[in-house]
Amino acid sequence: MYSSRTAWLLLSPTLIILGLAGLVPFFYVLYIGFFNWNPLGVNDQMEFISLGDNYRKLVFDNEFIASVWRSIRFAVVTLFFELTLGFLLALSLLSSFPLKSFFRSVHTLPLVIAPIVIGSIFKLFTVQGFGPLPHFLNDWFGYDLNYGRSAAQAFWLIVIMDIWHWTPFVTLTLLAGLSALPQDPYESARIDGANNFQILIYITIPMMIPVLIVVIFIRLMDSLKIVDEVWMLTGGGPGYATRFTGIHIWKEVFEKRFYGYSSAMSILYLYVTIVMCWLLYSVMVSRGKSDDE
Amino acid sequence: MMSKISYKIGITFIWSFLTLVTLFPIYWMILVSTRSPVELFGKPDLSPTFFEKIYWKNYTKPFIDGVYSEYLFNSIIVATSNAVLVTVLALMATYALSRFKLAASENIFFWTMTNRMAPPAAFLLPLFLLFSTVFRYGDSNLFDTKIGLILLYCVFNLPFAIWLLKGIIDGIPKELDEAMVIDGAGLFTIFYKLIIPLAAPGIAVTSLLSFLFAWNEYLLASTLSSVYARTIPTGLSEFVTTTGSNWGFMAAVAVVSMLPALLFLVLVQKYIVAGLTFGAVKG
Repeated sequence: MYSSRTAWLLLSPTLIILGLAGLVPFFYVLYIGFFNWNPLGVNDQMEFISLGDNYRKLVFDNEFIASVWRSIRFAVVTLFFELTLGFLLALSLLSSFPLKSFFRSVHTLPLVIAPIVIGSIFKLFTVQGFGPLPHFLNDWFGYDLNYGRSAAQAFWLIVIMDIWHWTPFVTLTLLAGLSALPQDPYESARIDGANNFQILIYITIPMMIPVLIVVIFIRLMDSLKIVDEVWMLTGGGPGYATRFTGIHIWKEVFEKRFYGYSSAMSILYLYVTIVMCWLLYSVMVSRGKSDDE
Repeated sequence: MMSKISYKIGITFIWSFLTLVTLFPIYWMILVSTRSPVELFGKPDLSPTFFEKIYWKNYTKPFIDGVYSEYLFNSIIVATSNAVLVTVLALMATYALSRFKLAASENIFFWTMTNRMAPPAAFLLPLFLLFSTVFRYGDSNLFDTKIGLILLYCVFNLPFAIWLLKGIIDGIPKELDEAMVIDGAGLFTIFYKLIIPLAAPGIAVTSLLSFLFAWNEYLLASTLSSVYARTIPTGLSEFVTTTGSNWGFMAAVAVVSMLPALLFLVLVQKYIVAGLTFGAVKG
């Protein structure tokens, strides 16, 4: 009834904003990545070097590579705990028990709190001097928690914070998936005399695989992005112990101001996440197609 | 029968424990915000503070004597404007994507999604340079302005808003639009009389979640503002450098910045899963 010109007119503000603030920065950072540009140096002009020099340097940059491995290790560790815990909790929410909706509401709470506030909550909870956690750990178990000095403690404290923050997301997503499963296979299995454990292994988990893949990808991408909470809690320290890729780039850009080199870092970082995003999208699309059949 | 009851007791016990684990750190932060530095010293006291004994200075010092009232004002302006802008633009875009068969609509959707998923840290440098030097009009640029932040948050909120509204607007029969066109209604009347009333719940959820995202965002706000556009999360992070003495202030500011989340929790709870997974899992 309307011409497609009207459609493009309605779409144009969205496309313009997304283009200016999403696409332009992407190509700009790609462009700067080919230059040597250090505004604080002796020569503060942009200077073309080559298409690959910054990237070649990056591959041998131990600090950057270490930060990427640190992020990946963090993502995998948190994913393991959140997925296990979240799956068990989602299964438990399928049955009915007293106060269930209250428990679920409280469980949702961490998801709406700002990451930076979550960092503050954990900082106040674990701070040396008056924080309850170090105090009670010391009183009850004689364990000395001081993440300002111990790299391992800092890393695991952030893992715990992330589990506290994001397990509810895994629980609720898997619960949504579990509630949508067809009931026929369960009835057949019961008639065949399968026990609960067999039903879980041979029916529930295989049917949940598409949902699990979505959850895994989203959690991996979010973990690779993490900055705010970590910055608030440990500031990336002690030393480099919790300096994940996002924090590393942020600090490199605004402390050293090697613009060209930092751009190459950003692009590499972006590349990893875009590849993962594309995988997620293909899974979603193929799932949508199988739903239609 | 017996085992079923013990199972229920066990589950309830586990969930009670989890609820305690979730609430206890938040409870502690609220306690810290009500105590003076002297009261905080030494063994942590977990008993609630009586109303008469609340140390109000933690709240009045940053918010009345300090600059945090400005930060709060900035946050309210940025988050509200962003929510309104996102909702209006997303309604227009979604209507276009829903009612017209556009050749590129699939690609547009994928592209908007990558915008949402991309790590903000990778965009810090180009956005900083673009905002401070390239996007300028005369002497004014976007760096350290509220408008800059409002526009920027659209990149993250629009994709989600479009996705959420798409399902709802697709559900409004096309025949209703056509009937209105025959009656001589223009596009504006269709929006005003038909789409907005029928999609009202979805519009409310979209704007609330957009508000929440803009309110909570830290990294981009801290990079792209220095004095005039600083929001509450950036103000909160300022306590990181001044460690030691200001725990009460930090807790008070954190409590205030947590308030909208608590208010909206009840309203948006049902949609959080859908929002965070982009509808890949129907909540």
